[in-house]
Amino acid sequence: MNFDLTEERQMLQDSLRRFLRDKYDTETRNRILESETGYSTEIWEGLAELGVIGALFTEEQGGFGGAGFDVTTVFEELGRAGVVEPLLDSAVLAGGLIADLGTEAQQEHIEQLIGGGLQLAFAHGEPGSRYDLNRVTTTAAQNGGDIVLNGRKAVVANAEAADMLVVSARESGEAGDETGISLFLVPSDTKGLTVTGYALLAGGRAAEVTLDDVTLPDSARLGAAGKAYDAIEARTAVATTALCAETLGAMETACALTREYLGTRKQFGRPIGSFQALAHRMSDLLIDLEQARSAVINAAGHLANDRVSRERHVSAAKNLMGRVGRLVAEDTIQMHGGIAMTQEYELAHIAKRITMADHRFGDTDHHLERFIALSAA
Amino acid sequence: MDLSYTDEERAFREEVRQFLAEKLPKELSEKVRRGQELTKDDHERWHAILNEQGWQATNWPKEFGGAAWNAVQRHIFEEEAAAHHAPRIVPFGLSMLAPVLQKFGSKEQQDYWLPRILSGEDWWCQGYSEPGAGSDLASLKTTAVKDGDHYIVNGQKTWTTLGQHANMIFCLVRTNKDVKQQEGISFLLIDMETPGITVRPIILLDGGAEVNEVFFDNVKVPAENLVGEEDKGWTYAKYLLTHERTNIAGVGFSQAGLQAVKRIAKSEMAGGRPLIENPHFAARVAQAEIDLMAMATTNLRIISKAAAGQAPGVESSMLKVKGTIIRQEINDLARRAAGVYAMPFASEAVAGSNDALPDPNDAGPVAAQYFNNRKLSIFGGSNEIQRQIIAKTMLGGGK
Repeated sequence: MNFDLTEERQMLQDSLRRFLRDKYDTETRNRILESETGYSTEIWEGLAELGVIGALFTEEQGGFGGAGFDVTTVFEELGRAGVVEPLLDSAVLAGGLIADLGTEAQQEHIEQLIGGGLQLAFAHGEPGSRYDLNRVTTTAAQNGGDIVLNGRKAVVANAEAADMLVVSARESGEAGDETGISLFLVPSDTKGLTVTGYALLAGGRAAEVTLDDVTLPDSARLGAAGKAYDAIEARTAVATTALCAETLGAMETACALTREYLGTRKQFGRPIGSFQALAHRMSDLLIDLEQARSAVINAAGHLANDRVSRERHVSAAKNLMGRVGRLVAEDTIQMHGGIAMTQEYELAHIAKRITMADHRFGDTDHHLERFIALSAA
Repeated sequence: MDLSYTDEERAFREEVRQFLAEKLPKELSEKVRRGQELTKDDHERWHAILNEQGWQATNWPKEFGGAAWNAVQRHIFEEEAAAHHAPRIVPFGLSMLAPVLQKFGSKEQQDYWLPRILSGEDWWCQGYSEPGAGSDLASLKTTAVKDGDHYIVNGQKTWTTLGQHANMIFCLVRTNKDVKQQEGISFLLIDMETPGITVRPIILLDGGAEVNEVFFDNVKVPAENLVGEEDKGWTYAKYLLTHERTNIAGVGFSQAGLQAVKRIAKSEMAGGRPLIENPHFAARVAQAEIDLMAMATTNLRIISKAAAGQAPGVESSMLKVKGTIIRQEINDLARRAAGVYAMPFASEAVAGSNDALPDPNDAGPVAAQYFNNRKLSIFGGSNEIQRQIIAKTMLGGGK
């Protein structure tokens, strides 16, 4: 057993941490948050140049990583700095699906993505699906040699910036069926595709996407007809693990800021960290932070396993991160007091990242139920 | 033991309901229900409607033009007002400063300032906290130095809620550095238009700017604006902090919030069924409701004591701690219920930010409210300070 990072991953962590420390301070990031696009092209290109996007893909996909621990190494660092650039959506989800399922021609997009020249989005969830991956009502119908998509996708992260969307649609069966779901590559300028964007509370942007007789050639299909569910679930497992690692990184920052504050802020003539009521709370957070780190390691280490083992560890991690995340976000704000409620203080953004992660890929309760079901399987 | 309200109290509740149904403008209640920002005009409009009814200074004695309601009546009003989505009554003049003036102010001060609070002519804000004086309020550093018939004020206040609308601020200032901290503080009324005052908004984590920093640079304040005696301000400040008790638990807000959670969870679908039917979510809602039912009775027990003339002491700290925990839990439930549609940026405090929300459940800015209401356990004496008060009182120590 060895819990050290490999030499390559250590180098990746070091260089990414250095890059973000130099280029991504609170002020810069807050400017990005308020920008029209919600992310910085310069940072995106910098990350690509550093090899961060390539680290999320295997060698045969054109990258130099792609394993669970490569993904968590990258995302823990992104989380520490509160990065809002759309790596999760462009690279892990949409890019990952293309890499997993794409034909040789479709795979060419990955090279462009790794080079920093392509933005992608995964349009899957719908207004009535909440966190269910199988609840797809958007339809894909054959019309001559073409495929016609109709439906609405909810809160699609990075949809406005995306050059191309990976869209799920149903070719057969009913909402809630796992079979019958297909994936399609839809260029953003396709007729009938409407993207209505808005900012997200924890940074970045998303959109409601409507598909109104969006007509595609058969070559736009990604993977086999009606059989995309397994790939969607497996990719979502990687993305959920990435998000857990990001949340872990954000919690490290939240705890570090709070430890520092407890040592420097004085009230009643002494550092507030010397009051036992706060010292014990901080200790509890530090204990839970180690639990969170282990949960992320568990998830990453089982990503390549069979479905039940993989999903069980992912759901365990997401449930634990949801519980610990709430505690860390709320208690670090509380121990700071008012200062942590101000936008210009780093913790405000970090706490929002931690909390809003509970709203992606299933919340604490969703994954508790899923863990129970998977454990019975 | 009798849990029912008296006939008079029931009749009073009916009267309040009827008033709210007739007089509360739909535009205002709809804004409150949807979590939209209230403008200064909105606040002033509601203030005027209440004033016309004589229901605005409900805690004031009749001699000052108040309604002189007892604590139970005030509780009933607050419960109904929250249920009808009435705007919150801005408390700074009406229920914070006014009781201090009524108890410690001079006749001239009472005659001049109190009618202006009633009419809405003055909008007051509170100058208590400073960057270095939060939980340890008595360590405040803003100074007031007597110069003839004026005080010269220098320093900085912070977390000044709605200071951007105010034309007057009541401040705690240091007038004596040579005595124990608490014994060198005075209570001063300051015109916000005075040269040397700068108000700078603080943007909060939900994007709103409801609080401000207020800077004082050689601000000249007439000596007649001193309330009570010089260096006795701490006594008045404590009186102010402990005076407004009935709504400290926020039971009405919690009840309205719980209704909203249920409404969202009935429309939000999970696994093909309404979320409210999900056993885990239903259990969370039930837990909060059970806590709130007990809280409502705890609150009534304490305020009926107050109505009988026994001033609650440590109980108000208990109400604050438990009341805010429950309110924050309900905010958390609303955020959870909204699912992925909690993610779009929408804020109570940012005008227009939630006009075009995509959310099919019409949940409103639930995540922003969740973050904004983290303040509940921080301001007005943090929950840690309240626990310290409870420990000191009940355990006789508690360091």
